[in-house]
Amino acid sequence: MYPTKYHKPAAVDAAVKALNSGDDAKFLAGGQTLLATMKQHLASPSDLVDVRGLGLSGIKKAGGVVSVGATTVHAAVASSADVHPALAKLAAGIGDPMVRNMGTIGGSIANNDPAADYPAGVLGMGATVVTNRRQIAADDYFEGLFTTALEEDEIITAVAFPQVERAGYAKFKQPASRFCLVGVFVSKSASGVRVAVTGAGSDGVFRHKGLEAALAKSWTPAAVDSVEVSEDGLLSDIHGDTAYRANLIKVLAKRAVAAS
Amino acid sequence: MSKIHVTTTVNGDTVEFLADPRETLLDCLRDKLGLTGSKEGCGTGDCGACSVTVDGVLVSSCLVLGVEAQGKSVTTIEGMDKDGELHPLQRHFVEKAALQCGFCTPGFLVAAKALLDKNPDPTETEVRYWLAGNLCRCTGYDKIVRAVMDAAAEMRG
Repeated sequence: MYPTKYHKPAAVDAAVKALNSGDDAKFLAGGQTLLATMKQHLASPSDLVDVRGLGLSGIKKAGGVVSVGATTVHAAVASSADVHPALAKLAAGIGDPMVRNMGTIGGSIANNDPAADYPAGVLGMGATVVTNRRQIAADDYFEGLFTTALEEDEIITAVAFPQVERAGYAKFKQPASRFCLVGVFVSKSASGVRVAVTGAGSDGVFRHKGLEAALAKSWTPAAVDSVEVSEDGLLSDIHGDTAYRANLIKVLAKRAVAAS
Repeated sequence: MSKIHVTTTVNGDTVEFLADPRETLLDCLRDKLGLTGSKEGCGTGDCGACSVTVDGVLVSSCLVLGVEAQGKSVTTIEGMDKDGELHPLQRHFVEKAALQCGFCTPGFLVAAKALLDKNPDPTETEVRYWLAGNLCRCTGYDKIVRAVMDAAAEMRG
């Protein structure tokens, strides 16, 4: 790692101030991606502003909305009785126990890795990203590979998940990294059906309108059969080409509905 | 860059050290405190050879900064035996030859203990999933899993 400074403020305002005090400061929310990236010299922030002293950890349920604090670790979501079981299952499948004990929901969606699990859960549930400045609908939050609607010094404080009637998640792991080769999160609520796909899009997580229309008519795995999933805009790498990923989207959409 | 004074508890003892912010907890344990049981395999959180617990929670110490240990309680492989008497997990690893080169062994033991501390009666599947973050490049997984299952059975009595 290149030299860096470390700050651990106790209030959101102080964290923003600390971030703006550095030439190229970054928030540290769990470090399971950022520290590894720094070791590989792919990132060299001048300052690390640790946000785990801000009191943003914990899960609250009120009026059907489940609010997951930004620095809540994956292991806490995985074992929570308050979050939807599909979201708990998603969290339980991230990385390995060490990653789940340190990695946080805020860190994951601020990074917005195209193969991460949480973007699918947040977009698939139609959640709201709450920051120190505003509330951002999931549909407006994810903007592409490692890109989000967040300003440089904006801090996620929580993610608010609405109540849904049904939800399911299915993932095909890249077996070495346990990131998603493809992951599909489906949900059905009063506001409609949502299908979010991670790991497959060359522009990061996305909603699949064709699958949503089919599942809105019939919430069954069989409804997926007739849907055409295009290879356009999908990722291709040594682990799977676009055709392989397109097929996986259908297979996993079926499994996600069956699990819901 | 100025160093930060860190006070923490390691294996029950209060310790202090000065950490450069870019030094990992693993660096601090090995180079400042002389606790070389935790190993650096990959250095990127993939192999689990550096597994320790922080406030009872299993972490990869290569992906935790030394400065993050301020005020916490860290347990390493050096804290596993009781006054020289091996922990049942350690004994079963020896008895079943659940190690070849031994480099991954401290990490496996710390991770397995973290599992048994919260789940004294795991299924074989649970053991395998829990130890998914620990890699043995001698590929001795089967004996490791059997040693953990047998140690768990013995500890349940």
